[in-house]
Amino acid sequence: MTPILEVEQLQTFIGQYHILHDVSLQAEQGSITAILGRNGAGKTTTLKSIMGLTPPQAGSIRFAGQRLNSLRTFSIAQLGIGYVPEHRAIFRDLTVTEHLILAERKRGDLRRRGDLIFSLFPDLQRLERLLGSQLSGGQQQMLAIARALVPETQLLLIDEPSEGLAPVIIEQMMRAITALSEHTTVVLVEQNFRMASAISQAYYMLDDGRTVDHGTMTALRGNPQLIQRYLGAA
Amino acid sequence: MAVAAPPTIQTKPLRERLAPLVIPTVFVLIFATVLMVAPASWPKLITGILLPGLTLAAIYFMISAGLSLIFGLMDVLNFAHGSLFMLGGYCAWTCNVWLDPNYAGHWPITIASGNLRFIIGLIVGTLVGAAVGSLIEISLIRPLYKRPIYQVLLTLGLVFVFDALVRTIPAWGSLSRAPIKPPMLTESLSLLGRRFPSYSLFLICLSVSLAVLIALVLRRSRIGLTIRAGVQDSAMVEAMGINVRRVFTGVFGFGSGLAALGGAVAASFIGVYPEMGLEYQLFAFIVVVIGGLGSYSGAAAGALLIGLARTFSDHLVLETGLPTAIASASTVLVMAVVLLLKPGGIFNKN
Repeated sequence: MTPILEVEQLQTFIGQYHILHDVSLQAEQGSITAILGRNGAGKTTTLKSIMGLTPPQAGSIRFAGQRLNSLRTFSIAQLGIGYVPEHRAIFRDLTVTEHLILAERKRGDLRRRGDLIFSLFPDLQRLERLLGSQLSGGQQQMLAIARALVPETQLLLIDEPSEGLAPVIIEQMMRAITALSEHTTVVLVEQNFRMASAISQAYYMLDDGRTVDHGTMTALRGNPQLIQRYLGAA
Repeated sequence: MAVAAPPTIQTKPLRERLAPLVIPTVFVLIFATVLMVAPASWPKLITGILLPGLTLAAIYFMISAGLSLIFGLMDVLNFAHGSLFMLGGYCAWTCNVWLDPNYAGHWPITIASGNLRFIIGLIVGTLVGAAVGSLIEISLIRPLYKRPIYQVLLTLGLVFVFDALVRTIPAWGSLSRAPIKPPMLTESLSLLGRRFPSYSLFLICLSVSLAVLIALVLRRSRIGLTIRAGVQDSAMVEAMGINVRRVFTGVFGFGSGLAALGGAVAASFIGVYPEMGLEYQLFAFIVVVIGGLGSYSGAAAGALLIGLARTFSDHLVLETGLPTAIASASTVLVMAVVLLLKPGGIFNKN
């Protein structure tokens, strides 16, 4: 299998703070890859660097063979990378439908992808007229993922999908992400190890802005010392 | 297949539902108090206070709407916005004067119809404003998006540049130039037995139609959707594959053009002078703060409030012999009252 995303020795500064020192990772086409690590390990910044929101100072990011480093965020998105940010970034004054229309890149995207989106998140259909600010946390998370799926997406970057959600909603989210990975590659940042380990095939462990370990999720589950060391809990 | 449950209707407590009525009620009460202290007959109230208030509001709206949208979308507080208002005014005035075949130093091309000269003046003023605004955004503001303090200094500096420019151009100069009205809008209309200038009515109609048109574009079109989303979170809009920078330039140019159009129509009403930009910009800032920084509806509501406050206080001063300073202070008083009731402005949601 060829990796669709290759990140090598990424270094990112935010202002004068050196956040990423040496982050490398790969995502196989059609897989779910989890980026794990403690708070402040650099997981979110890694996703933001891939999206060009915090452009890296050194290292390389390649997506489907193309170098992303010097591209601007909108061009990166247009290559087929969907981004579901931390805290969801739902527009409070836009309705659910307006979110989906805004996400269209070509006329008719929503018609083409509507079936997929509403089969993953059937609830969204009856919420169409509600404003972003009227949605619950779980509904916002569904909308944030749905929005990223409206255009043809080859890679989906999802930041902390379980954050602040009730366990039953997390279950629902896990099923949805597993189902959508049949259509797109997923890179997931997740604090909730139980969720990450249940749905992803590969993992990358970040600590203090460095990739310190990686492998298959099966191998990680059999290594409680590693989990204890970098995540603090199993 | 299970039937989808109907959307839950969220009922708000009464207190929350009445909240939007607080500010209008307070001001209706304030204005009613003014009328009790200084009574006015119905015709006087309408043609002497309300319509002149709306006329001022019309001009305030055209300069404030762009200022608010630009701030909302790109967090740029454009101190040079008033300069574009002034520039539009001078361009329109120039077309009115220099295209006139009866003017001694007229241009090689002349237009005999004063009405046509007026319309051309509005178009030229708007286009020049939009073009200059877009150029300012692309060349000067774009490199400074990450450095807001520099932006403030830059746009403040531009005010002086434009001021000097206007005074340096021999045809414009430092003097105040009298307004030139188009022949079709020179007459006064008879309204409820009193005279009311038709030009004021034109100003009100133009501004209201523009306000409705822009609101429709913001509500219904895709570009409007992009702008509304961008006002809330422009980084996310960019991450959705939209070239936000181009939207920034477009909105900056549009807002500048609208201010310039405001200046162009104001030129036939108040004349042109180099300080007109700063003078109206001050009101625009008050309007935008009252309405809620970044809110388009807020700019409209704020303009309305400030316009009316101005004419109501003028009326109060004229009728009661109170010091005229009260009339000038009224706009700031309105701002104080609004900010006490709603610190973020009328339409601020944060």
